[in-house]
Amino acid sequence: MGLLSDPNRRRALSRLITRLNTPLCIMSYIVGLSWFLGLSFQPFTLRTYISENAMGSTMVEEQFTHGDRALSYAREFASVKKKVRGMPVAWLEKTMRTLGLEVYTQSFTRTLPFPDETTERYMVKGTNVYGILRAPRAASTESLVLSVPCSEGDHNNQALGLALALASYFRGQIYWAKDIIFLVNEYDLIGMEAWLEAYHDVNITGMESSVMMGRAGAIQAAVSLEISSDVITSLDIAVEGLNGQLPNLDMVNLFYAFCQKNGLLCTIQGKLQRGDWDSFPAYLHSLETTMLMVLKQGSGRPQGDHGLFLRYHIEAITMRGINSFRQYKYDMSTIGKTLEGMFRKLNNLLERLHQSYFFYLLPSLSRFVSIGMYMPVFGCLILILVLKSLDLWMKLTRSESVEEDGVSDTEQELKPGILSLVAPILICHVTGLSLYYLPVMGQHLAIEHFPVSESEAVVLTVIAIYVAGLALPHNTHRVLTGAGTEQGWMMLKLISLLYLAVQLGCIALINFSLGFLLAITMVPVAAVVQPVGPRVLYAVLLILVTPATTLFFSIFLYKELDEHPLGLLECWQLFLQAIAGGLLDHYLYGSIVFPFIAFFIYPCWLQLWNIVFWK
Amino acid sequence: MAAPLALALLGAVTARALLFRSSLAEFISERVEVVSPLNSWKRVVEGLALLDLGVSPYSGDLFHETPLILYLFHFLIDYAELVFMITDALTAIALYLAVQDFNKAMFKKQKLHLELNKFAPDTTEILLTPLEMHHVPLKVAVFYLLNPYTMLACAAKSTCAINNTIIAFFILATVKGNIFLSAITLALATFQSLYPVTLFAPALLYLLQREYIPVKLKSHNFWLYTSQYSVMYLGSLGVLVCLCFFLLHSWDFIPSVYSFILSVPDLTPNIGLFWYFFAEMFEHFSLFFVCVFQINVFFYMIPLAVKLKEHPMFLMFVQLAIICIFKSYPTVGDISLYMAFLPMWSHLFRFLRNIFIVSCVLIVCSLLFPVLWHLWIYAGSANSNFYYAITLSFNIGQILLISDYFYAYLRREYHLSHGLYLRRKDGSEATLVLK
Repeated sequence: MGLLSDPNRRRALSRLITRLNTPLCIMSYIVGLSWFLGLSFQPFTLRTYISENAMGSTMVEEQFTHGDRALSYAREFASVKKKVRGMPVAWLEKTMRTLGLEVYTQSFTRTLPFPDETTERYMVKGTNVYGILRAPRAASTESLVLSVPCSEGDHNNQALGLALALASYFRGQIYWAKDIIFLVNEYDLIGMEAWLEAYHDVNITGMESSVMMGRAGAIQAAVSLEISSDVITSLDIAVEGLNGQLPNLDMVNLFYAFCQKNGLLCTIQGKLQRGDWDSFPAYLHSLETTMLMVLKQGSGRPQGDHGLFLRYHIEAITMRGINSFRQYKYDMSTIGKTLEGMFRKLNNLLERLHQSYFFYLLPSLSRFVSIGMYMPVFGCLILILVLKSLDLWMKLTRSESVEEDGVSDTEQELKPGILSLVAPILICHVTGLSLYYLPVMGQHLAIEHFPVSESEAVVLTVIAIYVAGLALPHNTHRVLTGAGTEQGWMMLKLISLLYLAVQLGCIALINFSLGFLLAITMVPVAAVVQPVGPRVLYAVLLILVTPATTLFFSIFLYKELDEHPLGLLECWQLFLQAIAGGLLDHYLYGSIVFPFIAFFIYPCWLQLWNIVFWK
Repeated sequence: MAAPLALALLGAVTARALLFRSSLAEFISERVEVVSPLNSWKRVVEGLALLDLGVSPYSGDLFHETPLILYLFHFLIDYAELVFMITDALTAIALYLAVQDFNKAMFKKQKLHLELNKFAPDTTEILLTPLEMHHVPLKVAVFYLLNPYTMLACAAKSTCAINNTIIAFFILATVKGNIFLSAITLALATFQSLYPVTLFAPALLYLLQREYIPVKLKSHNFWLYTSQYSVMYLGSLGVLVCLCFFLLHSWDFIPSVYSFILSVPDLTPNIGLFWYFFAEMFEHFSLFFVCVFQINVFFYMIPLAVKLKEHPMFLMFVQLAIICIFKSYPTVGDISLYMAFLPMWSHLFRFLRNIFIVSCVLIVCSLLFPVLWHLWIYAGSANSNFYYAITLSFNIGQILLISDYFYAYLRREYHLSHGLYLRRKDGSEATLVLK
């Protein structure tokens, strides 16, 4: 407190903040950025380790050898699926029952707010089938889930075959202490959401589904499996869930440990780990992996069927079999062994996974960056906003340069300033509200008057409102006070900076990547904008960092890093799809990215836009 | 001046009515920041149901309201929303009238001091002016009515709003100099939530000052007046307790309300300092630490009363804040009461040093509460340490706010008696340092 109560030191501090404001801000940005870049450098990261005792020390010997049975199940399933042109519910029920599982079905219907063009879904009507393997050694109080999405076409038949083969093998073992649910969900995420909502007897997204008949206690962990070929070259793991939530790091460690044990190649973000770390390409490789994770997490979209489990406090991952042009292939038995090992370890759990980290970034499967390491990056970026707003506050309160604190004559003229700011702030937020509500509400009106489909109508309305926000009456404050004052825009900027800082801080806690992507782009521009100087430059800079542009460039960067470089036109297509996807994610699963942008970030950005055109 | 107040009341009531009708109301009434086990509406309903069934509401561990609230809502349960809107409005009106009267008294006192030449010559610019003071009562009322914290408490139907009303009427009675009503309302407030017992000292000091009785231990008048006030206070407290006994025919409510407040058995997270410590602590230490924690509310009264005996109203404000910070089950409704007094001290604004930082801290913490709660309880990815960290910084923010105001008040008083532009003995400019 000495620093804050001693006037001499205070004066020194405030002088430091005002005089060295710009250098401090620049330094803080550079430190933040280089810290982030440093996060992927191997010596700065920690090695992953299983910290859950129950999973660490117990030995498991896998004996699953029924790879060929898995393939025969897969072929049979494929032929039945082709015959009934959809999910073969009856066949699944019959097969699971003959394996000795308790089989239940759950039907659900969901009408999407507008047709989804990428997957061609509008009125979805489907059935989930699940069989419960009752544990011989315990009452049905806890369970594990192995879920397999039943997708259209030839996809994922092998995963289903493997699941059935595993079920038949697991049935013969005596050591199970947790029930195991084998779930086949239709319409991937929609079916998964329906099943999870019914299982937990909640209804949060307006899904209509039949009453769930069979349950198996609290689900401790879940694995979602996607394999579409008879042999695979590597297994990929997807961790990012809804709203950027991540499973406990021990799930990832478990996957990694068993892949290592069975000699399977395993990748994250489709990237294989490199043997070396001290060369520049190696560093770039892990930076790319981290960046891919940041982009995926920032999208707030579940990267696999596991993503929806996380909301129910169930640790889950998606495992994908990849079949590429490598020479060495693995058969179903090896994958089965890996899964068997993982399930037996999970079976040993005494309580929910809680020991390891929940907030992390993964530069590779064997290295991780914990929250304590990456939060300083964000702190540095937010510091810029804090420094700038402190500077503005001092300028506002100390318009006369008397330094004596308190005794100095501070003529307060904040009153009219604040009142005249109500109108612009209100207008910005109303625009944000209309950005959220109008597109979906007005789609029918739009298709009556324009030759577009519903989905196009929604996306185009979003873009139209977004752009129209720029042309709004920006000088409403002049109606009240006649002319915009110097203090007026400073006050507006002060409010906007603090507002932005609070928003980014809150979102970074929930979804670090989203907060980081928004902060790294918006913060420096927010700090420099003002109505004097090169206004056109400021306007261009602002447009370059608006969330929509950030989304566009993120898609571009993602495709670039994913080694599928695209042209700008294709990127534009993907951008339109991403907008529709973002809206659907919100309405179907409750993703918060779209409402967050519409209600908070976009209005705040409009306020900054307002400052540039302040008169 | 009545018209703007009526307008503010109308606006506030409309906002509350909208809030009650929206889907937010249910969400708010579940928030741990807004309701505590002491004042949750759900528990009131539960208590009423038990009462109707002929079971003592205090027989379980759910109901911790006083019997007065129980019987109040026994008759008014159907009009609960209306009751909470009216109590908020009444609080605002009482504060408005109290501040109006207090300002008149302050101004009169300042005039007297000016006539007696008690102020240093160059202090005219920090004197109170009628123009500045004209809007203060309205600002106080608006600050209470439109404070988001008050709105939240009202939307959650937290009975904290009723306690606030009682305290507001107590302040009004004290300012008006009505010793009898002041004692009764203070007894009522004490009966409701125990901690207002510490407001006894500022109220007594204010009344003494009003009657021009000097605070001297040897003075006969002082002791007479003090005992008069104490007797009235204790008498009405006794009457209230007995009344409740005759209503319920049992003393069950005493342990269920007051030992619940004092011994803090319910460790549901809230914005206070207690829950985390006592959840972590070994059981056999808890008695000692309960005493240590509880003493905070009462102990600061003594040095503050000595220092601020000439300024009982400011003492009252500081004590209200201290109660809010250190009480065992604080909610945002308690904060809104002392925050309503902030416009009263707007003449201290120039002496405040950290108001910007402190208000930022308070706003940021208030917004982070739900975020971290979500991460802890729903997402399961954060834990209680995250939430408690925010609780701590929120309370530190409040403490800084109060100490800032305290410092500013003392500093203004110092300048009033020693002059605004201080000189050292050698003639150079001097600065005041608080160490």
